[in-house]
Amino acid sequence: MDTLLQQLINGLTLGAVYALVALGYTMVYGIIGLINFAHGEVVMIGTMVAFTVIVSLAGSGMPPLLILGIGLLVSVVVCMVLGWALERVAYRPLRGAPRLTPLITAIGMSMVLQNVAMIIWGRNYITFPPMIEKHIYTVGGATFTNVQMAIVSLAALVMLGLIYLVHRTRIGMAMRATAQNPQVAMLMGVDINRVIAMAFIIGSALGAVAGCMVGSYYEIAHYQMGFMLGLKAFTAAVLGGIGNLAGAMAGGLLLGVIEALGAGYIGQLTGDFLGSHYQDIFAFIVLIVVLMFRPSGLFGEREGDRA
Amino acid sequence: MNHVRIPGVLVVLAASVALIGCGKKEEPKAAAPAPVAAAAAAQPTMVVKIGHVAPLTGPIAHLGKDNENGARLAVDDANAQKIVIDGKLITFELLGEDDQADPKTGTVVAQKLVDAKVAGVVGHLNSGTTIPASAIYNQAGFPQISPSATNPKYTQQGFKTAFRVMANDVQQGSVVGTYAAKDMHAKKIAIIDDRTAYGQGLADEVEKAAVANGATVVAREFTNDKAIDFKAILTKIKAKNPDVIFLGGMDAVGGPMLKQMKELGIKAKFTTGDGGCSPELIKLAGAASEGVICTQAGLPVDKLPNGQKFVADFTSKYGPIQIYSPYSYDAVMVLIDSMKRANSVDPAKYLPEVGKTAYNGVTGKIEFDEKGDIKNGAITVFEIKDGKLVTLKSEGGSTAAAAAPMPAAAPATEEK
Repeated sequence: MDTLLQQLINGLTLGAVYALVALGYTMVYGIIGLINFAHGEVVMIGTMVAFTVIVSLAGSGMPPLLILGIGLLVSVVVCMVLGWALERVAYRPLRGAPRLTPLITAIGMSMVLQNVAMIIWGRNYITFPPMIEKHIYTVGGATFTNVQMAIVSLAALVMLGLIYLVHRTRIGMAMRATAQNPQVAMLMGVDINRVIAMAFIIGSALGAVAGCMVGSYYEIAHYQMGFMLGLKAFTAAVLGGIGNLAGAMAGGLLLGVIEALGAGYIGQLTGDFLGSHYQDIFAFIVLIVVLMFRPSGLFGEREGDRA
Repeated sequence: MNHVRIPGVLVVLAASVALIGCGKKEEPKAAAPAPVAAAAAAQPTMVVKIGHVAPLTGPIAHLGKDNENGARLAVDDANAQKIVIDGKLITFELLGEDDQADPKTGTVVAQKLVDAKVAGVVGHLNSGTTIPASAIYNQAGFPQISPSATNPKYTQQGFKTAFRVMANDVQQGSVVGTYAAKDMHAKKIAIIDDRTAYGQGLADEVEKAAVANGATVVAREFTNDKAIDFKAILTKIKAKNPDVIFLGGMDAVGGPMLKQMKELGIKAKFTTGDGGCSPELIKLAGAASEGVICTQAGLPVDKLPNGQKFVADFTSKYGPIQIYSPYSYDAVMVLIDSMKRANSVDPAKYLPEVGKTAYNGVTGKIEFDEKGDIKNGAITVFEIKDGKLVTLKSEGGSTAAAAAPMPAAAPATEEK
């Protein structure tokens, strides 16, 4: 029982990270139908920038939480600029092009960002300095840390904030209008270039937050860390119904839990025929089954190709 | 809104990336090793290319760069010696390639080196890339010396061109497994591997040796070489309550794994092989690395007569040694030594000499058995104490001090 509880905690933390990254994918997809494969790299840049800021401030005698806060803030700002620049440089010129073109561009941008990060931060692993002193709590035989609690609650807060932004504010209304029909939205006086740029900027800011979380949770960063993370988060977004904010959150949490339980119990379930190296396969099988019965994901809307 | 144009910024960005990418490949199109029979007087100097392959990008790029720097130092040292072979002054040139630790890319760059007409290859780093590439080098007929591929299969394919300057996993696995069961008194062992040819091969040997010495394997779990979250498998292992956990994998996996073990409150001792036995592991795991037991194939560099000079030269040029750079240094030197003895840089002529090597290298005396494995390769057991790798004991191996002909006894544990 304590093992099951521990696996659920492991899965929820992992899932909260996936969910935050997935929100960035879904945000952009929901509005212009582009899968921004460079988003994982934006997350990586977020981690790296936070790392640089934290390391350079570490000796200044400021309280660790303040340093972490400044690191988070700087990395959010840098990622916002990066998101804006990506949209402006790589995607806006291709706005009218066939769907495949911006997709390939996104993959290209992901490689460019990886290599730029390799040039700036080097190819070695970077140890993310632990700014929050870790406390380990034990409940019912399962352990969790204050960092894990912070990650899950921050993820929940960010998602609620995002839902508020999209459903209750003017820019959110403009986003939903652009998502429904960009031409008509433009005719109604919505500056769709600005709205789309905002989607990238907000998505990238979320990426930076996710990046800081990944950094403080695993205490490790690497210029290729964004790739797998991005792929998993993309899977989570599709699982939940890409383009749908609540779906991304649910998909992320679900994927995290499935992976943890998959790794923990797949051996027992199959009589040791399949080992824990099949944990990713387990996650993808769930994805395929869900898509067979709900082709637009758990929360996805039936009609249209955009939420 | 339908115009498609490429913004200037992107072009500049792409161009700069392309430039950086190409920088290292701009080698002068100098003469490939021509048949030595050609008139000796005509050409007083000659360029000989030596290939080097290791992952320079990806999760273990730091180890790849370490290997390449070792080889580069060897080439620089050899050039400084002004070596004359068959009447020509030889300039050695290193062609460094990146295989991304990926078997597919490994064969592509292997072919690239064959096409570039290198005289020999040092590499690759990973067993998973070395084994498929070795068939290509064998076909081309020039020697390949791996400084770090420890999977036994590499030299069991019957290739006359495949050598390694490091003890293989059968030897290493047997030392780790026996050490865990006997010296650490482990009754229950959990084994994790990263599903690479290296990790899996080593983990299998550890399992055999541990079981042979009376321990029980209570869990056999798997991850991959790019993963950073191990809590699910560690939780499963925790429930089995092992005395010792062994990881067949690299330092990039071991670092975060150790931290997560601590968070989960796992008390078991952690052991790993050469891939995780690096300063990088200590850096990544921090305090969680205290008490880790790990092995390296070979002797500790500071214990070797020629080691001091190498360590000083290397660290002043490239910074701290990770793991294998002394071996890639020696591998290059063995190739050059064989060319000198054959008085030829033609692979067909000097290849037989590689097998007859008796060279006093940085890592000790290097001699090959009939398969191309190093004879009497040493294994050293380390413990991480106060953030440093401390030698516990060494098994096998020959120092240059004991350079007299060694008994050609291959380790008794070897199969086949």
